[in-house]
Amino acid sequence: MGVPDMAWIDAALRAARPQAIGALLRYFRDLDTAEEAFQDACLRALKTWPVKGPPRDPAAWLIFVGRNTAVDQLRRRRKQAPLPPEEMLSDLDDAEEAVVEQLDGAQYRDDILRLLFICCHPELPATQQIALALRIVSGLTVPQIARAFLVGESAMEQRITRAKSRIAKAEVPFEAPGPLERAERLAAVAAMIYLLFNEGYSASGNGDGAAMRQPLAEEAIRLARLLLRLYPAEPEIMGLTALMLLQHSRAAARFDAEGALVLLDDQDRSLWNRPLIAEGLALIDKAMRHARTGPYQVQAAIAALHARAERPDATDWAEIDLLYETLERLQPSPVVTLNRAVAVSKLRGPEAALAMIEPLAPRLGGYFNFFGVKGAFLLQLGRKEEARVAFDQAIALANTAAEAAHIRLHLDRLMRDNTTAAR
Amino acid sequence: MLYAILCYHREDVVGAWSKAEDDAVMAKLAMVQEKLARQGRLGPVARLLPTTAATTLRKDSEPPLVIDGPFAETKEQLLGFYVIDCASLDEALETAQDLGRANPGGTYEIRPIGIFRPGTVLGSKTENAAT
Repeated sequence: MGVPDMAWIDAALRAARPQAIGALLRYFRDLDTAEEAFQDACLRALKTWPVKGPPRDPAAWLIFVGRNTAVDQLRRRRKQAPLPPEEMLSDLDDAEEAVVEQLDGAQYRDDILRLLFICCHPELPATQQIALALRIVSGLTVPQIARAFLVGESAMEQRITRAKSRIAKAEVPFEAPGPLERAERLAAVAAMIYLLFNEGYSASGNGDGAAMRQPLAEEAIRLARLLLRLYPAEPEIMGLTALMLLQHSRAAARFDAEGALVLLDDQDRSLWNRPLIAEGLALIDKAMRHARTGPYQVQAAIAALHARAERPDATDWAEIDLLYETLERLQPSPVVTLNRAVAVSKLRGPEAALAMIEPLAPRLGGYFNFFGVKGAFLLQLGRKEEARVAFDQAIALANTAAEAAHIRLHLDRLMRDNTTAAR
Repeated sequence: MLYAILCYHREDVVGAWSKAEDDAVMAKLAMVQEKLARQGRLGPVARLLPTTAATTLRKDSEPPLVIDGPFAETKEQLLGFYVIDCASLDEALETAQDLGRANPGGTYEIRPIGIFRPGTVLGSKTENAAT
């Protein structure tokens, strides 16, 4: 290929970013220095690549150039103020060949994992973890992140700065992790990626900044695929990726034209994204072969059964019930039981399902979905007045306009039925 | 003569395309494919799912070993292929260049086909081989 176009350069820089910043962080042991070095290298790339063509390995090029620029700057700063931060120059003796060599080794795998992992510092609240990952790993700009989270730019700038200074104070582990530590890091990173996905997934069809937030789901999938390329034999990472792919495959069908939430049973399945489903199913099949189950795999297996059903009434509810039972064992939570109750309602009727969720009321009393599901069961049992009360509570707890709109459709139908009955 | 055009690219780069960029590339490729179809030269076309969805069966051990991931760890990955009827290598190269203009970056391997059987699944499973 000759001269690359700008879209290709842009994508190449985005793709190389986690690996390049991860390696630069290992050299300089300071996030700001690593980010600046990467920025400088990107500017050089934008000048050089359109003229000379792209390098064979963009990440290696960016690491090499970024490292040299940063070392020059550190040297210059050292001349001006004689306070040599010697530890900042650790690992700098190795020559260019060594850089490229290391990129092929296991080291760069640990670089990317470390970069993702420092965003998951347990002291950081979830929203800060996600914002930081989007800024550092994905390279979104602060205004982009601010729009996605529906906050002002200066507030987001502050949030990210605070998160960074917390990390700077914390002990960032730079030695290569042992197997146990690596597994713990992977689990923390997986949880952060799933949080990021849900930020995008929970966004409604229109309004609520949905257009800004939905790309977050795609970014989460991109990060999961990256993680899976690094750890191709980890069944839970396969499960996580499959889960997100299968959930995201329904994106176009989850909201109606007015932006109201559409439940699985009522979705137009022809709108489901088939290539995403194929990828999700392939991954869950691969994961199952390892016979090392985990919560992401079980949830992905449930999503897979929905994806495999051509019509709602072709859904294997018995298998879904069993999978939820497994999930209750692996990760007990009232929300899991609530979801299982939906499968139970299909298998054994709304009465059994209602009996199952009633004990959850004290713990799920502030949860939108609890009242939505309860109302639906009551409606199926013909207990309209109680259903109306449950739906009213659901609306009061709705997190998005889409959720509220969905419940309002139920209420409208109830009202219509009542008027008809009264006539 | 039938040629396979094997498409290699860095999948992390292709994966970093936005949906709009991806759609634009696919639309441009579709135009080249339509031209080839009108000329009666277009055989099967496939875009492969990411290598993370791949499984490898190594037959050099007994029983064969099942490994997660693609056959080889390479900088560029096999992401798809075309089968095109071309009179000569020159024509195959010209076709590859047409496709290349629609799809930035990456590498095509142009490989003459020895045995070709069109198979029977095509038709009903066109477009989305998914289900």
